[in-house]
Amino acid sequence: MATALDAVGRPATDAPTDLSAAELRRRLDARELSAAEVTEAYLARIAALDPDLRCYITVMADVARAQAAAADDRIARGEAGPLTGIPVALKDNLCTTDADTTAASNILRGFRSPYDATVVTRLRGGGAVFLGKANTDEFAMGSSTENSAFFTTRNPWHTGRVPGGSSGGPAAAVAAGEAALGLGSDTGGSIRQPAGFCGVVGLKPTYGRVSRYGLLAFASSLDQIGPFARTVADAALLLGAIAGQDPMDATSAPEPVPDFAAALAGDADLRGVRIGVAAEYDVDGMEAGVKAAVDAAVGRLADLGAEIVPVRLPHTKYALATYYITAPAEASANLSRYDGVKYGLSVESETLRETYERTRGEGFGAEVKRRIMLGTYALSSGYYDAYYVKAQKVRTLIKRDFDQAFARVDAIVAPTSPTVAFPIGARTDDPYQMYLSDVFTIPANMAGIPGLAVPCGFADGLPVSLQILGKPFDEATILRLGHAYEQSEGWTDRRPDLP
Amino acid sequence: MPAPNDLLSVFETVIGLEVHAQLLTKSKMYCGCSAAYADAEPNTHVCPVCLGLPGALPVLNRAAIEYCLLTGLALDAEIPPACKLDRKNYVYPDLPKGYQISQYDLPLCVGGWLRFSSGGEERRAGITRVHVEEDTGRLVHRVDPGGAEESLVDLNRSGVPLMEIVGEPDLRSPEEARDYLIALRQVLRYIGASTGSMEDGAFRCDANVSVRRIGDPEFGAKVEIKNMNSFRAVERALRFEQERQQAALLAGETVAQETRGWIEDRGITVPQRTKEQAHDYRYFPEPDLPPLAVDESMVAGVRARLPELPATRRSRIAADYGLGPNEAALLTEERAVADVFEAAVGPPGDAASARVAANWIMNDLVGLQRQRGLPPETLPLDADQLRDLLAALAAGELTARAAKEVLPQITRGERPRDAARRLNLLSLDDDAAVRAAVDETVAAFPAAVADYRGGKTAAIGRLIGETIKRTGGRARPETVRAVMEDVLRKDNG
Repeated sequence: MATALDAVGRPATDAPTDLSAAELRRRLDARELSAAEVTEAYLARIAALDPDLRCYITVMADVARAQAAAADDRIARGEAGPLTGIPVALKDNLCTTDADTTAASNILRGFRSPYDATVVTRLRGGGAVFLGKANTDEFAMGSSTENSAFFTTRNPWHTGRVPGGSSGGPAAAVAAGEAALGLGSDTGGSIRQPAGFCGVVGLKPTYGRVSRYGLLAFASSLDQIGPFARTVADAALLLGAIAGQDPMDATSAPEPVPDFAAALAGDADLRGVRIGVAAEYDVDGMEAGVKAAVDAAVGRLADLGAEIVPVRLPHTKYALATYYITAPAEASANLSRYDGVKYGLSVESETLRETYERTRGEGFGAEVKRRIMLGTYALSSGYYDAYYVKAQKVRTLIKRDFDQAFARVDAIVAPTSPTVAFPIGARTDDPYQMYLSDVFTIPANMAGIPGLAVPCGFADGLPVSLQILGKPFDEATILRLGHAYEQSEGWTDRRPDLP
Repeated sequence: MPAPNDLLSVFETVIGLEVHAQLLTKSKMYCGCSAAYADAEPNTHVCPVCLGLPGALPVLNRAAIEYCLLTGLALDAEIPPACKLDRKNYVYPDLPKGYQISQYDLPLCVGGWLRFSSGGEERRAGITRVHVEEDTGRLVHRVDPGGAEESLVDLNRSGVPLMEIVGEPDLRSPEEARDYLIALRQVLRYIGASTGSMEDGAFRCDANVSVRRIGDPEFGAKVEIKNMNSFRAVERALRFEQERQQAALLAGETVAQETRGWIEDRGITVPQRTKEQAHDYRYFPEPDLPPLAVDESMVAGVRARLPELPATRRSRIAADYGLGPNEAALLTEERAVADVFEAAVGPPGDAASARVAANWIMNDLVGLQRQRGLPPETLPLDADQLRDLLAALAAGELTARAAKEVLPQITRGERPRDAARRLNLLSLDDDAAVRAAVDETVAAFPAAVADYRGGKTAAIGRLIGETIKRTGGRARPETVRAVMEDVLRKDNG
C-alpha cells in the first residue's frame, strides 16, 4: 500500500524554492517578490544542497543574476511573459552559448557551443533565468545518472537512491527546490522515469512538438525535449513556451500550439472522458507498492467521472528489444562526429586512426561504447535486415497498437516505472536490469506519442508515478487529466525532507 | 601479343560512369550557408550545421531537389512519388558529422538515358539513377614553418549540394565514355543545374570498367577507377585499364575486383583498395529529415522549366536553318551561343544568311572569345549586336573585311554600325572617293593595267584588291569592279 501522505516528506512552505512557477509568476507580477530575490533564493539553496545532491554540472550564477535583473526591468515595464524571472535548470545536453555543454561526457568536457538550442533561445527570449546545466547519464544513455562521466546525482527523497535518468539532474533539481522548472530530454523515458523517481511532474511531448535543434542527439527519431515541474500546470506553462515548429528542425511539426495552461482551467469533472488501461503494463517484477499506488490513482480517475476501459497493446512486450536496436543504431551514427578533429577531447597521436581510437577510447564511457557497438552491429551489412529493418517493422506495429487503442479512448494510464528509485549502485553491473526500468516509458517514444508522469503517492517512502499517455499532439488532454488528478490529491504539495 | 586492333575483336570493354556534379544552388544542401566557396577564406562559409556541431540538424534545400528532378527529367528518368535520404557512415576528417547524408535505396530519379554522339553516330546510354547528396570539406596538406607536415581541414565545401548520376554499363570504349561525359556535361549546363567544370571539381567522374571475351555472357571483374580530373584523363585512364585487363586475361590471370587510382603524371592506375577492404557504409534512413513526397504538381513545375535539350536543338537547328551536322553541333555546344544565333538570325528563312551568321559566330566571335579568355557560353557580342552586324553586312554598309576590323573594337553594348562609324570603317558610298582610289591604283600598277588591256582580264582582281586596300577596306568590291572596268575601258579608248 502507498504510505500515508503525511508520513513522507514535508508540506510545501511559502519559500520561493517551494512555490510553483505559477505562484512565483503571480508574486513577481504583484511585486511581492523580485526576480532577483527569487534567483538568490534558488542560488542559495543550490549552494546549500548541491554539494550533496549534485544536480548540476555547471551552476550559471552570474548568468542567472544578470537574467534576473533583466527580468525585473521587464516586469517593471509591464512586459513580463509567463516565464520571465522564473529559474530553470537545463539538462546538460542542451546547447548554451554562456555555459559549457558536456552531455556529461569526457569527450565534451569544456565544450562551449557557439549557438543556443532553439528551446534555450525561446526561454531566453521569454526572460527565463538559467540556474545551470544539470546532470545526465552520458549522452542521455542511462536510467540513473550513474553513467555520467562526472558524478551521480542523488535522489532528494533518499540520498542513497538514484534520481532516475537520464535527466536525473533537472528532475532532482526541481524536486529539491534547486530549480522551479527544468528541461530534459526523453528518448526512452529519460524525462518521465526520473520525474517519477523524484516525485515531480515530467512530460515527454509528441515527437515533433518541440524543436530538437541544439539538443545533442542520442536517437534522432526518438529524442524529444520536455519539461519538469512541481505541478502539471507548471509543466503546461513550460511546454507552451518551447512548443511549435522550428525552421531549423525538419522533424518539428507544423501543428498549431494550443494554450496548454488554459486547457487546465475549469472543474475537475472527468465525465465523458474514456481512459484506457492495458493489461500488458502489469509485468512481472513490478513492485507491489507501485501497483497499489497506480491502481488507487486509476480508481481516483474513475471517481472523478472518467470511464475506465480495458485496451490491448499486444506488441508492448517487444518495445524494449526493438528500442535497443533502433536507439543504438541511430546513436552509433550520431556519435561519429566526436572524433577529436574539430572540438572536444582530442588525444593526438602518431596516426589519424590512432587519434580516433584514443580520443573515443578515452572520451566515451562504457555504456556509450556498448551502445555504439550494438548500433554499429545492427546496421552492419548482413545484419541490417534482421535487426534494424525488423525493429522498424515492430515499431510500426507498436504504433498501430496505440492508434487502435486511441480510436476507443482519450488517454491510456500506466505506471511510469515498475519500481521506485533503486539504490545507487544496485544495477550498474547489470545493464539489462537497468534497461528494464524504462519498460513502461519506451513504447511512447517508439510510437511518438506524448506521455505525462504525475506523482501518485509513495511506496517505502519513495515517490510513485502515474503515466498518462495521449494521442499525437494531444498533450492538452493528458495535461487536463493529470491536473484534475493532481488537484484531487495532495501529492504534489509534498517536498522532500531536506535541510 | 596481338596488336590492339586484333584485341578489339577478341575482347569487349564494358564501362559505366558515376558522375558527381555540384548543383548551382545559392545555399548549401542542408543549411543556409553560401555554396559559392571557391575564392573564400578557409572555414568562412560555415555554420553549426555544415560544421557538424553537436545538436545541429539538417534542413533540405528545395532548390537542390528541383535541380536533381530537372536533371532526371532531362534524362527521361522516372520520378518516383516518394524518396528518402539516408546516412552513409564513414569516418574521415573532411566529413564533420561522420556520415554523409545521401540517398540509398529510394533515389529521386530512376531509369532514363542519355543521347549522345560518338564516332559520328548517335548513341544512347542508360542512366541507372540520379540522387542528391552533400559534398565533403577539403583537407589541405602542408609543411608548417617548423618543417613538420600537417593537414588542415577547410569545411567551406562541406554540405555543398551534389548530384550523383549513375550510368548503366552501356559504354564500350574509352572514346565513347569521353563522349558520354561531354554530352552529360552539356545537358547539365543547358538546364543550368551545374557548371560542369571538371577543373573546378564541380563535375567529377568515377569509372567502372571490366573486360570480357566477346560473346561471354558474364561481365568481367569490375574495377573502379578514381581520381580522374579531366575528360582526357578519363579517356586515358580507361584506355590504360582496358589494356591492363586485356593483358591480364591473355596471360591467363584473373582481374581482381578492386578500386584503383589514376596517376596522371605517370599515366597509370594503381590499386587503392580491394573488395575485402571495401567500406561497409551501414546506410540507414536519415531520421533528421522526413521522407520527401514528390507530387505531380512539383514534377510539373520542374518540367515547365526544362529547356530544349542539346540533342533536340542540334537536329532542329540543322534542319531549320539548313546547316550541316557539324556546324549545328558547334553552334549548340553552348546553350547561350545557340540562343545568340537564333535570336540574331530570327525565324528560319534564308539559308544563306543563316550560314553567314553561323560562320561569323563559329569563326570570328568564338575566335575573339578565346582571345579574350571569355567563358565558352559568353560571346563577345550579344544577339542585338550580332543582328546589327549581319544587317550591315547584308546591306553593304559594312564590308566583310571592315567588319573583321571593327569587331574587336566594339565596346560593350555598342552597335557595330556605330562602332564602324566611330572608326570610319563604314562602306564608301561616295563614288568620287572610289574613283580617286581607282585612279591611284591604275597609276601605281601600270604593268597590271597593261596586262588587262592586253587581254589578261584576270589581272583586274589584283587591281581591285589594291584599290580596296587603299580605301582601308571600306570600298565594296562590286563598286570598285564597276568603276575600275569603266576607267580601264575609257582610258583605252
